[in-house]
Amino acid sequence: MNQLTIAIIFYIFAAVTVLSAAFVVFSKNIIYSAFSLLFTFFGVAALYVFLSADFIAVTQVVVYVGGILVLLLFGVMFTNTIMQTGLKADVLHLVPGILLTLALIAGMLFTFYTTGNWMPGVMQLNGSVVESIGLETMSRYMLPFEMVSIVLLVALLGAAYLARYDKAQKK
Amino acid sequence: MLTEQLLSIGVNHFLTISVILFALGMFAVMTRKNAIVILMGVELILNAANINFLTFSKYNGGMEGVMFSLFVIVLAAAEAAVALAIVINIFKTFKTVDVSSVDTLKE
Repeated sequence: MNQLTIAIIFYIFAAVTVLSAAFVVFSKNIIYSAFSLLFTFFGVAALYVFLSADFIAVTQVVVYVGGILVLLLFGVMFTNTIMQTGLKADVLHLVPGILLTLALIAGMLFTFYTTGNWMPGVMQLNGSVVESIGLETMSRYMLPFEMVSIVLLVALLGAAYLARYDKAQKK
Repeated sequence: MLTEQLLSIGVNHFLTISVILFALGMFAVMTRKNAIVILMGVELILNAANINFLTFSKYNGGMEGVMFSLFVIVLAAAEAAVALAIVINIFKTFKTVDVSSVDTLKE
């Protein structure tokens, strides 16, 4: 693929990511937000492929789209009855929020584009990183890997305990 | 000059997307009252951080950012599960997920 094709594909995925993220934030209907988050996650996964982190992209699709998004949808369905008109969320502090957001974007972009003079390293990641991830997980990142597995187990047990059906509370 | 910069995808392109995602997530956390939309904003912020990690990892040639983004994804899953359990409990107790009306700790 030549440079132009790559750039066009990149801009398409970037536009999908940013626009659907904006829709997540600005949409009044929570169901629309949740489904728009799906496109954001897929767009971010495509950007990960551009960063030659294919394993992370697959993990993103499996964990975020298959796990977190389903959890969020469950949350939406549990906490809003569809018939009820309370599906529309209210907004608080709109003007300070917009001002702070714009100031954040402008300040960080100004810093990145003017003072930040990024020098690409001599060695860049190329091709697939799956093999390197396997090697790193079993050598340098052994302890964090095991710790994160325990953290995940404890967190999921805690979540199941917190959200369980409480018979004593039910009258 | 400008078209050349636009065509060669570099660090700044990914950082720009990451900044926009982060700012949108911050906006959701700051202004929305529904707890679940706030969680979605947190997910956007985590994704922005991940894009930054992977960008610097790619253009630096190291594996640190890749490994760290993997751990970030795992912790995001744990965070989402616990946070939704808390939100469901809030809904059971207060019959709403409006975070500005959950104020019994306030006098």
